[in-house]
Amino acid sequence: MLDAPLLTADGLHLRFGETQALNDASLQVHAGEVVALMGPSGSGKSTLLHCLAGILTPDSGQVTYDGRLLSQMSDVERSALRREEFGFVFQFGQLVPELTCLENVALPLRLAGTSRRAAERTASDWLQRLEVTDVADKRPGQASGGQGQRVAVARALVTSPRVVFADEPTGALDSLNGERVMQLLIAAARDTGAAVVLVTHEARVAAYSDREAVVRDGRVREQEPVR
Amino acid sequence: MSVGLTLLGLLQSGPRHGYDLKRAYDERFGHDRPLHYGQVYSTLARLLKNGLVEVESEPGDGPERKRYAITSAGVSDVAAWLGEPEKPEPYLQSTLYAKVVLALLTGRDATDVLDTQRAEHLRSMRELTRRKSEGDLADQLICDHALFHLEADLRWLELTAARLDQLATHVTR
Repeated sequence: MLDAPLLTADGLHLRFGETQALNDASLQVHAGEVVALMGPSGSGKSTLLHCLAGILTPDSGQVTYDGRLLSQMSDVERSALRREEFGFVFQFGQLVPELTCLENVALPLRLAGTSRRAAERTASDWLQRLEVTDVADKRPGQASGGQGQRVAVARALVTSPRVVFADEPTGALDSLNGERVMQLLIAAARDTGAAVVLVTHEARVAAYSDREAVVRDGRVREQEPVR
Repeated sequence: MSVGLTLLGLLQSGPRHGYDLKRAYDERFGHDRPLHYGQVYSTLARLLKNGLVEVESEPGDGPERKRYAITSAGVSDVAAWLGEPEKPEPYLQSTLYAKVVLALLTGRDATDVLDTQRAEHLRSMRELTRRKSEGDLADQLICDHALFHLEADLRWLELTAARLDQLATHVTR
């Protein structure tokens, strides 16, 4: 863990109207590590994830990915970064309802210019790995919640991203399905060497991480010894 | 829960007679199990012997003439105890509650007590999660049982963290 961090947030501030969502939030994520962002609702953990992923731009402070400042990238470069180097798993609604599950998983590869055939072959491998080949030709609406999330994990990992951002990935699932999604997500991330930034309020989900960072009042709380 | 350390923590806000100390303990922490006088005095005798409290004698006879005051070694022991996480196990709440209350009473950061404990609980939960992933179904079910208990503790920690301001007003009034 002594290498330079892959992803760094340094002193992020972000205000939405009257709400100070981030207030000097800093975090480092190293290659291949799984970090759980925990904290009460409204503490800023999802906002921090969105800033780290270049989806939101902080009012001040810097996000650095692999030595590059996100603030110095053009929108086109940031979009390319999100498409090629990052993967995303959210709680709901991330799959395109008109496409089959296989097409959904193949989509990021197609957007990156891979031929349909090659993309679908890779997508098919990922569906197999996530144990959801039986929904390959179904649309997301025809799959169960647990199957849909596994398809979403496959789609997040299909481009072999270096960082997977997962925001409450099991939030809508029952315990057993949530657990299976976490096992498969973490196993796949470990195999491919992807780092995972995991937002969760569930301790059993956070227990899949290597370490936790607690976000409170828009700041990542440093652990200090009691005196 | 360590009665000795809890009594020491209560002494940090000022010297007290044994009787007052028992009453303070019972009011805050003894709801279902008040201390016996014998236990209070034997604990104080042990703390005295270990140099964690000292006696300020008042004129007259009898135990109630003695006021106990915490020593600097006693303050260090309380600080060390509050700073150390408890071993995660079911039914920890009474000890954690006492630590949080004592942190508030002695002007320490009670959030740190809760955060330290959260980190320790998560360490145990990670270990159980690892064991579960390597084990058979029986291991998985046994680990899950422990995980759900630890998760319940953590929910209590979160809820307490969210209510610290309220609790501070309550305990210091």
